[in-house]
Amino acid sequence: MMIPILSAITFTPLIGVLVILAMRVFAKPADAEAVKRGSRWVALITTLATLALAIVMMAGFDSANPGFQFNETAPLFAGLNYRMGVDGISVLFVLLTAFLMPICIAASWDSIQDRVAEYMIAFLVLEVTMIGVFCTLDLVLFYSFFEFGLIPMFLIIGIWGGKNKVYAAYKFFLYTLLGSVLMLAAILLMASIAKTTSIPELMNYKFAPGLQIWLWLAFFASFAVKMPMWPVHTWLPDAHVEAPTAGSVILAGILLKMGGYGFLRFSLPMFPHASAVFAPLIFGMSVIAIIYTSLVAFRQTDIKKLIAYSSVAHMGFVTMGIFSGNLLGVQGAVFQMISHGLISGALFLCVGVVYDRMHTREIAFYGGLVNRMPWYAAVFMLFTMGNVGLPATSGFVGEILTMTGAYGAQWGSGTWTALFAATGVILSAVYALTLYRRVVFGEIVNAKLAAITDLNWREVAIFTPLILGTLALGVYPHFVLGVTQAAAERLVDTWRAAAGG
Amino acid sequence: MDKQLLLIIFLSSPLLGALIAGLSGRRIGDKASMAVTTGLLFLSCALAWNTFYQVTWGSWSERFTVELLPFINVGDFQSAWSIRVDTLSAVMGIVVTTVSALVHLYSWGYMSDDPDKPRFFAYLSLFTFAMLMLVNAADFMQLFFGWEGVGLASYLLIGFWFKKPTAGAAAIKAFVVNRVGDFGFALGIMTVFWMFHTIRFETLFPLIAAKAGTTWHFAAWNFSALDLAGFFLFIGAMGKSAQFFLHTWLPDAMEGPTPVSALIHAATMVTAGVYMVCLLSPLYEYAPNARGVIILIGAVTSLFAATVGMMQNDIKRVIAYSTCSQLGYMFFAAGVGAYQSAMFHLFTHAFFKALLFLGAGSVIHAMHHEQDMRKMGGLWKYIKITFVAMTIGNIAITGLGIPFVDWGFAGFYSKDSMLGVAFAAGATQPLGYFAWVVGVFVAGLTSYYSWRLAFFTFNGHARWGHDAHDAHGHDDHASHAQVETHGEPDAGHDDHGHGHGDHKPHESPWTMLVPLIVLSIGAIASGFAFVHYFVGSGQEAFWKGAIFTGANNHVLEQSEHLPVWVGLAPLTAAILGLLVAAYVYLWREGLGAKLAARGGPLYTFFYNKWYFDELYQVVFVNGAKALGDVFWKQGDQKTIDGLGPNGVSWLMGQFGKGLGRLQTGYIYTYAFVMLIGVAGLVTFALMAWVR
Repeated sequence: MMIPILSAITFTPLIGVLVILAMRVFAKPADAEAVKRGSRWVALITTLATLALAIVMMAGFDSANPGFQFNETAPLFAGLNYRMGVDGISVLFVLLTAFLMPICIAASWDSIQDRVAEYMIAFLVLEVTMIGVFCTLDLVLFYSFFEFGLIPMFLIIGIWGGKNKVYAAYKFFLYTLLGSVLMLAAILLMASIAKTTSIPELMNYKFAPGLQIWLWLAFFASFAVKMPMWPVHTWLPDAHVEAPTAGSVILAGILLKMGGYGFLRFSLPMFPHASAVFAPLIFGMSVIAIIYTSLVAFRQTDIKKLIAYSSVAHMGFVTMGIFSGNLLGVQGAVFQMISHGLISGALFLCVGVVYDRMHTREIAFYGGLVNRMPWYAAVFMLFTMGNVGLPATSGFVGEILTMTGAYGAQWGSGTWTALFAATGVILSAVYALTLYRRVVFGEIVNAKLAAITDLNWREVAIFTPLILGTLALGVYPHFVLGVTQAAAERLVDTWRAAAGG
Repeated sequence: MDKQLLLIIFLSSPLLGALIAGLSGRRIGDKASMAVTTGLLFLSCALAWNTFYQVTWGSWSERFTVELLPFINVGDFQSAWSIRVDTLSAVMGIVVTTVSALVHLYSWGYMSDDPDKPRFFAYLSLFTFAMLMLVNAADFMQLFFGWEGVGLASYLLIGFWFKKPTAGAAAIKAFVVNRVGDFGFALGIMTVFWMFHTIRFETLFPLIAAKAGTTWHFAAWNFSALDLAGFFLFIGAMGKSAQFFLHTWLPDAMEGPTPVSALIHAATMVTAGVYMVCLLSPLYEYAPNARGVIILIGAVTSLFAATVGMMQNDIKRVIAYSTCSQLGYMFFAAGVGAYQSAMFHLFTHAFFKALLFLGAGSVIHAMHHEQDMRKMGGLWKYIKITFVAMTIGNIAITGLGIPFVDWGFAGFYSKDSMLGVAFAAGATQPLGYFAWVVGVFVAGLTSYYSWRLAFFTFNGHARWGHDAHDAHGHDDHASHAQVETHGEPDAGHDDHGHGHGDHKPHESPWTMLVPLIVLSIGAIASGFAFVHYFVGSGQEAFWKGAIFTGANNHVLEQSEHLPVWVGLAPLTAAILGLLVAAYVYLWREGLGAKLAARGGPLYTFFYNKWYFDELYQVVFVNGAKALGDVFWKQGDQKTIDGLGPNGVSWLMGQFGKGLGRLQTGYIYTYAFVMLIGVAGLVTFALMAWVR
């Protein structure tokens, strides 16, 4: 019998949760320190084990097969089914999640001192739901993972967050609720019409064009908030600013990608007609996101907020690519999401490094860090360039592919979209380099920075995989493109056939 | 050895040097980092000359491409890391590696006081690698990689002295303005891709002729297809080569150390735009309107930069504007269809402009990091070798030579060729005459500012030292908006105060003089030694199809048969410029300062660089800031948040205290409420469905 590898990856973190819980329950109050230490190690080992399993899965993955692999099916209660499976698009998100989690645990090693056991539990539960989202092939299960993941994230922001955590969590909640309710209604409607909740079956089910419009809009409400797309993006900067470093890494690295993944998994294959109808709308919102939020990012005074806004701009490239209706755009969008997961994650970690030392994210507080922190300056430079989309970093590949894809879109407004989106490459240089200059270059004028220390070995260990990943994908993008090729091709072909384009 | 291996070593040794010096420079020390990078660069240089020899006279006469690794491959969008070998790439290869190797050597002396030597050498080598990737690219993606890679290296090197605020600002400016160019370049690549469904040069070039005369829909309009593609790509060239509208970064780039200015901002990187236009000659030959734009922009740039260069007092800025101006020449030559002439001037210019910059560096070094020419004068006695070298450079750039015998220094041949083709093209393209007239006039200006620089610096009375300070106090006429920083940080010279104290100017060490001497030889000989191959009767055999010339394009042959006065005009202009400079700065020394002090409107306009920086500051920088603020405060905070979450919260507040407390309640409450709500909905729905 085959090992159900997807279930193994998804639920391995629960083992860690149980171990930590057991430690908590059985430890005496005097052992509080030991529980802290133990929880960290358990969480790290669990996430590394999950990563190992994800690598095993990747090794067994057949890139030439455009369909779902490692399928698992089991009946649940009340007519529901447990269905798992991955294709070339979702498999990379599983890997990315498993890859980022140990980094997040390591990044929280010293900076989280309160309620460590609970913190680790929250992250491990979060990992379960995130991997679940990408692995499941059942609509109801998808919805459960999708929504349940919000709870640990709420807690991470709300308990371990900064000063304004309540406002941030409230905003996050309001926006998400709006999308969730509509999506849930749509899911129920789809299930009652198609008499199935199996995603592969729904992909082949042809909804009436008029109905597609409404279903598409309902899903769109949820995914647009998640991405986030302009104008429902304002929760993101607040959530990022308040979240602890590792929370930001996960938020930017994985949670935002669920929106893009949702478009690829649901909107395009299940509502092809509506997707074609709304593509110009998406294009418009994407270029507004790129230009508008880049300019807003330029004016920020908080490092994290600046990076958060730049994330919104980068997600604009993703949505633009997804709806371009050709292979370049779709491949580029997936690539951009993976790449952004590495680069923005790393940038938030860069903020965390100085935040841990100085406990402020005000740009004006810093300046001249290169004098005391040359290695930090080098790392930050690399990821700044990644953010700017310099060739040979992974940031470039996604941008050029999505722009080229949009240029060739058959919906008519493609060249306009490419024209405006291309200004994003100018604006990203403006805000990213200005930030870098103000934080890193110059003399140290703030006396409080006089004794700031360069990266320690733990931080170097955290950044190393991200550096290697960013450069490897930048120089040899085939690592990603080769995996997504077959699935993306099939997605585009079926969409175009169904949309009658 | 097998040629593939030779090429890989040629290309990768600068990268290897950069990695060694950059990553382990502190551990292995200054000397070792410098030795490794310089040694590997000389190796690369030797291999580049070997390639050039093999391509021109040896066994590699067939164009070929070595593919190393796939790069971005999606559908028709196929690119690979590769090494393209033809005459164009071979010429660029020797230019880049020769100047780079000499600059590496020169930096041993010039940077001897700097505490950050490994980083500096690592950046120099990194730049060289990116530039080689650019010139050897076989498709648009690798070209773009090199294009932005040299931009990165330029950014890092301009900002090398990161403690200087002006250096940081100049570095960003360079990167961002180049990005404006890349915006056009990227659109050009996309247009080419969707037009031809390929981005590989080899596949692309044969397809172009078939698209001549077709239209292409872009945004809301229909354009002539090939002109549109050519125009977009040229925007990229304008950024990289600092052409009019996108030139503002180049003078500020002088904030970087002088060896950098010589390598990147004179001899190599800034010529990438010219190289690209020549490489894409198969496209531009079918894009007459795009070429018209190139002629126009090139000619205007040459004029603009020369007028500004005449008025500057910073020795490096004069040479920077001179570079800008000479690049303008190259563009209009390419624009009229004489890509060979453009490449020829690119080649000769690399030697004499690097020479001038390194000579200026030697002067600056001698003056303990003083760059203001008003504080120089009479230096020839102290630094004779530098003086001779810079004089050679000046003769070369001003195009002095002996008419009728047809012998002169490098610029004499290449400038004559460019002006000749412009005139010849005038018969069919009126802009050719325009370019010719401007070009001849600018030849006079070039001569004026070049000799002004020489006389101002080396001749006349010494305006440095104790007793010379009160002789001139004309700083006040300058617009204060102009950012001029004189002097580079001199770590080892702190005891001198700000440079020029009691110490006499001193000649530079041999590491700096050897490059000057080698480049002097290039500035003298690269013209007559190569004129036959680049633009003469041997050109077809030399280029071997690397440059495409359309069937109706005969400007190069026609330029050989022009009236005598056409050929004599530039020389006459140059001699006139020389005489005026001599009058103002030698015979009536001090006249220049007086004229400047009077500050006439034309002087002020030129001195302030036609007010481009001020204009851009107001329109683009302040505009972006204002828009950003509006979007942030009015858009995000007031409108979206006001109507969205905050509005909802306000509404909830209206429902009474009980609900109002929720907004400030604990996060658990929210999570809990949501969980219950969702669970309730799901339960309800499931029951409805199962039933």
